[in-house]
Amino acid sequence: MKNAKPQALAAAVLSLAMGTALAQKTAADGIAEYRALLADGNPAELFEAKGEDLWKTKRGPKNASLQACDLGKGPGIVKGAFVELPRWFADVQKVQDLESRLLTCMSQLQGLDAALIAKTPFGKDEQRNMEALVAWISAESRGLRMNLPQAHAQEQQSFELGRRAFFFRGGPMDFSCASCHGEDGKRIRLQDLPNLTKNPGDGVGFAAWPAYRVSSGELWSMQRRLNDCFRQQRFPYPGYGSDITIALAVYMGVNAKGAESIAPAIKR
Amino acid sequence: MKHKHIAVAGSAVGLALLVAGCASVPDAAELDAQALAMIKSSFRAEGIATMDRLEQDLGQKACSSEAAPSEAVARQIETEALASIKWPANGQYVGDWREGEKLAQNGRGMTWTDKVALPTANGANCYNCHQIGKQEVSFGTIGPSLYNYGKLRGVKAIDDPASAAIVQYTWGKLWNSKAYSACSNMPRFGHMALLNEEQLRHVMALLLDPKSPVNQ
Repeated sequence: MKNAKPQALAAAVLSLAMGTALAQKTAADGIAEYRALLADGNPAELFEAKGEDLWKTKRGPKNASLQACDLGKGPGIVKGAFVELPRWFADVQKVQDLESRLLTCMSQLQGLDAALIAKTPFGKDEQRNMEALVAWISAESRGLRMNLPQAHAQEQQSFELGRRAFFFRGGPMDFSCASCHGEDGKRIRLQDLPNLTKNPGDGVGFAAWPAYRVSSGELWSMQRRLNDCFRQQRFPYPGYGSDITIALAVYMGVNAKGAESIAPAIKR
Repeated sequence: MKHKHIAVAGSAVGLALLVAGCASVPDAAELDAQALAMIKSSFRAEGIATMDRLEQDLGQKACSSEAAPSEAVARQIETEALASIKWPANGQYVGDWREGEKLAQNGRGMTWTDKVALPTANGANCYNCHQIGKQEVSFGTIGPSLYNYGKLRGVKAIDDPASAAIVQYTWGKLWNSKAYSACSNMPRFGHMALLNEEQLRHVMALLLDPKSPVNQ
């Protein structure tokens, strides 16, 4: 232990020096390395395990599990469902993302109050269960490629509305989604910004969420990711599962067609 | 033969209309209207982030698509923006670069988690998008590098009449960036009351003062 100390210190100093020297050229490499180290034990696994359990557990006023929930590929079929969401659901006559679809299932099958869950702050009460569910459901499509359907007219319309929302400038700082995510190779501080107007590549952008965030120790769904984007965009507060969040997800998801999903990913 | 050709063309148009009707994806103008309605209905006010933030002015509206606005609209945006610039009281353009660096580092303000929508509660957000001082390696790249900003533009002394043009341009750019580029990504710090005159003077000093580390 005594001997290891100077060595560890030297290593720390070296890595600090290298970090500074390399920061401008290979900040992305450094961060990727850091993520690789972290991914060795991605805590998202804990959320996944809880989510699988929740899916199978009888809950709510109707004392039912979610095993009959149709995520788009038929009742109870989870594998491969995530990479085809959002999509059109005939029963509700709406395009839904994973979170809004889960609200429908929790309400219809289990008798839970969907409006109440949608109003619940992130990281609290039933929203914690949502985090676990999206972690497990997305993990069941890990390694598959994004393949959102665009056959239905409402899916095409949602894409077109999402495209318009993506470029909508507003707020005190004139920001749109495109201000940060409209060009290749840009960063905010050291954080790389994926270009979401096209396929940004495997496991990047839409194909990386939900994700476990090391900085906050939380599992963030795409709904929460978008919510915090809008906060930083200085916009008002987007409703959970609101039309703009669905349309933006369709726009980003269709653009990411063919990208490998690594969700739930791990982020700083 | 000619008649038949017209008849075929006519039925093709009819078929196209029919297909469009069935597919029921509305035309572009209808989609624009639907998108605006969707945006308004998807948000609610939260703290200082009120719903009027979704009311677009001419420039925001014209710069809300992949296509750039027409030349005429772009000129109108720039002309109006230029006219909106409030020049500093007593011709005092420059403050303390040390305060400017603090503001440049500070990315806070104007979100629904911030308490007040006042300049004094805001940072200038500069490093989010620009390289500025060389010692700060954590800088964004959405905007151009501003390292050596004053030096590269030949600013030898702040009050040098030869530097008056670049000093005024820089104030104008910070006050209302759209005066020089209709769809600039940069916020309008003075025009939208994100920073007050004193804060702008400090940011000016960071960029232009020959003593600022940015110009070493």
